[in-house]
Amino acid sequence: MDVKSALFYVFAAVLLFAALRVITVRNPVHAALYLILAFFQASGIWMLLKAEFLSITLVLVYVGAVMVLFLFVVMMIDINIDALKKGFWSHFPLAASIGAILALELASVLMGGFRSAPAPVEAVAAPGMQISNSKDLGIALYTHYLYPLEIAAVILLVAIIAAIALTMRERKDSKLQDASEQIRVKPADRLRMVKVDPVHQPVVAPVVEEPKA
Amino acid sequence: MTVTLGHYLTLGAVLFALSVIGIFLNRKNLIVLLMAIELMLLAVNTNFIAFSHYLGDMQGQIFVFFILTVAAAESAIGLAILVLLFRNRSSVDVDELNSLKG
Repeated sequence: MDVKSALFYVFAAVLLFAALRVITVRNPVHAALYLILAFFQASGIWMLLKAEFLSITLVLVYVGAVMVLFLFVVMMIDINIDALKKGFWSHFPLAASIGAILALELASVLMGGFRSAPAPVEAVAAPGMQISNSKDLGIALYTHYLYPLEIAAVILLVAIIAAIALTMRERKDSKLQDASEQIRVKPADRLRMVKVDPVHQPVVAPVVEEPKA
Repeated sequence: MTVTLGHYLTLGAVLFALSVIGIFLNRKNLIVLLMAIELMLLAVNTNFIAFSHYLGDMQGQIFVFFILTVAAAESAIGLAILVLLFRNRSSVDVDELNSLKG
């Protein structure tokens, strides 16, 4: 068994263990941490498959952004774990049988059909013409897949706006300027002319009403 | 025993089955449900990359790139909905989300 095969088995074993812990662990924070471990192992497997760019992207995007977001949310909200874990194992027989059937069927078809698959097709290129995986991916993305790339960018923009719009909460007690109301105001709203008779000095000074608002 | 395409695909299949079991087990906890969906996408992406490597075709990796984009957007919006839900109901129990049920 060469080094690549040994690495594959190590990565796969840790990946499956981490995935098992993600779905069975009690505390959601621990589940998020095990999911980070699973993403690291998957990144190693992708590296074995010579997808360097996507492997690094998985670590950067998932571990660096998505999982941090998960951890923020899990730690921010106060979950009652005991209530959520009540009846946790009641559906386990059904779930285990469905999962076992799924895995066995897929594995039998896939191992039967692809065990004797030919060795990986190496890119046929002159020795001086080898380009890296990132460059290859970039060339394809920015030529043939330019429109899908732009659509993906729009999807990300929509996601940003949606996430902010969903969670934004306006405070009721904050004192903010309303600029349009300030501009639309007329002198009559703020100032009231009082006609005072100059001849008869009143004994009591006229009570000036407070201007409204 | 050298590793073939079948080994990678089997790994993806087992990972997918594990996340399906996770969806069944954690049907109350919305956070772990989202994590199980992330695991499913990871399994599918691993299959795509394995095929891409063994068939010498770049298209699989490009598809994985777009799946990663959509998955990031999905988890961001899902977590936003979860925060909103917790603010209104003080719980992330999926069973309590039955206000739309007739």
